[in-house]
Amino acid sequence: MNLEFENELAEIEERIAELSKLDSSEYPQLNKDLGALRRKMKNLTKKIYDNLSPWDTVRIARHPDRPLFKDFIDGMCTEFIELHGDRRAGDDKALIGGFATIDKHRVMLIGMVKGRSVDEKVYHNFGMPNPEGYRKALRLMKLAEKYGLPIVCLVDTPAAYPGKEAEERGQAEAIARNLTEMANLEVPIVVVITGEGGSGGALGIAVGDAILMLRYAVYSVIPPEGCAAILWRDAEMAPQAADALKITADSLLELGIIDEIIDEPAGGAHRDPETTIQLTQTAVITALQRLKRQSPTRLRDNRYNKFARMGRVKKPRT
Amino acid sequence: MGWFTRSTAKKQQTEIPEGLFAVCPRCKAHIYKDEYENAFKVCSKCNYHERITAAERIRLIVDKGTFREFNAGIKPNDPLGFKDAKGTYQEKAESAIAKTGLHEAVVTGSGDIHGLRTTIAIMDFRFLGGSLASATGEKILLAAEHALRMKRALLIFSASGGARMHEGIVSLMQMAKTCAGIAKLDRAGLPYISIMTDPTYGGVSASYATVGDINIAEPGALIGFAGRRVIEQTIKEKLPDDFQTAEYLLDHGFLDAIVNRAELKEYLHSMLLYGLGKKV
Repeated sequence: MNLEFENELAEIEERIAELSKLDSSEYPQLNKDLGALRRKMKNLTKKIYDNLSPWDTVRIARHPDRPLFKDFIDGMCTEFIELHGDRRAGDDKALIGGFATIDKHRVMLIGMVKGRSVDEKVYHNFGMPNPEGYRKALRLMKLAEKYGLPIVCLVDTPAAYPGKEAEERGQAEAIARNLTEMANLEVPIVVVITGEGGSGGALGIAVGDAILMLRYAVYSVIPPEGCAAILWRDAEMAPQAADALKITADSLLELGIIDEIIDEPAGGAHRDPETTIQLTQTAVITALQRLKRQSPTRLRDNRYNKFARMGRVKKPRT
Repeated sequence: MGWFTRSTAKKQQTEIPEGLFAVCPRCKAHIYKDEYENAFKVCSKCNYHERITAAERIRLIVDKGTFREFNAGIKPNDPLGFKDAKGTYQEKAESAIAKTGLHEAVVTGSGDIHGLRTTIAIMDFRFLGGSLASATGEKILLAAEHALRMKRALLIFSASGGARMHEGIVSLMQMAKTCAGIAKLDRAGLPYISIMTDPTYGGVSASYATVGDINIAEPGALIGFAGRRVIEQTIKEKLPDDFQTAEYLLDHGFLDAIVNRAELKEYLHSMLLYGLGKKV
């Protein structure tokens, strides 16, 4: 799929593909022309990606070819053993987790699954967890704490599912419980926002000691379309809302919400998933090595202070 | 005397004098204003609990003359420099301050409930829809830390449409921040009672409001994660009339009780006696 600000890139890509089919004996200039096109492609990619608007970034974060949780599992882990069920009501298909080995680190890996084909998307509820998902995640996090395993959470969800049964089974309480319990956990928690960080649905597994974010992921209190519909009374004003909400990795780093940006290759993760996953793996390992050196209570205290500092308001002198 | 004068005289007899009666917003019954105010805006005919202000809530719950507000000067922050079609967030916040006389959507302090000194946070829906933002979260965290320091119980009365969009991600983080405070109280074995009033939604229901040791609500209060309209649009079906009411939540296991405003203070006092156990 092609985003409109990438049209020019797609044209060059097409010409490169056409030329590549030709025989160089019939077309002596071929290699020279191909080289020129590739250079042009590289420069243009850089130019486009250096000047993305926040709304362009939203479009990239939702790109269908962007690596998904299952791609990260395959690319980052030598082993992943899924653990099912919340022991209460069911086994959520949008939020999954299990034991994983990343490099030499044994961890509890948790994340949202969006799915790629239509069938997969429906099966995984488009990556929108129900309360069972958050409760399963909490069960697994407590298990990780018991076994002394660090927790790694990969976040990519449009939102917690706004459904009738989700409400009846306590969507709000499930998220709130995770926020409260995660503050108490005495093992390291590494969070990576890989695609869409959709409000409370994302935060429900994102109370971390290290919060990393891919360069073209977004993290927001409300989708820009929703914000535009309310504050501009027009969902078409989403680009303006995306701008005002400060949802890009650069803005979030500046606001002190995230700790580190994981760079994506030129042209975004959807053009080069392998490199993206590799860079993510390196960043996760570095964070794990750093956090594993901290004592359990130190981890917990630092996590408390980290979140207490977010939006700290100075008391006026009285 | 002509017909005109007579007619006016008759009208004056049947017209309800202004100021003597209150009209119930739900059943439209006329109730003596004094009676309605003394009942803290609960309709004596249909038991409708009208939304009340933080000041009214303090009069309802706290022993007279014992409430000491703290952190009253904390005002909205504008971390994003937010501007929408209608203007800046700063202007919006200033106008909310002027309109309500409050500085934020929550009032925090300490007060006695039948002699038991307690830390209390009360949200006021009039201030930007009781929305949760950095200063709101900060005041709630400071209240939790106060309860912890003083080894007291914490009561939070929620009334909120959810996170405040104008502070974007910083508002979202207040959910984690306030819950971290609640987690500390929990570890210290101190009671936290959450009272959900109409309405309690989004970022507030998905943080401190639903993780009380005891969760109670006022009759008819609407409580939920997503709003009714969003859910109906998502699932493409109409929801039952009583969906997301306190009664619905009680039935689904998310509340310990629904408590009438008239009995609220007594109820909270009992809960505090149990909650503080050996400490009183």
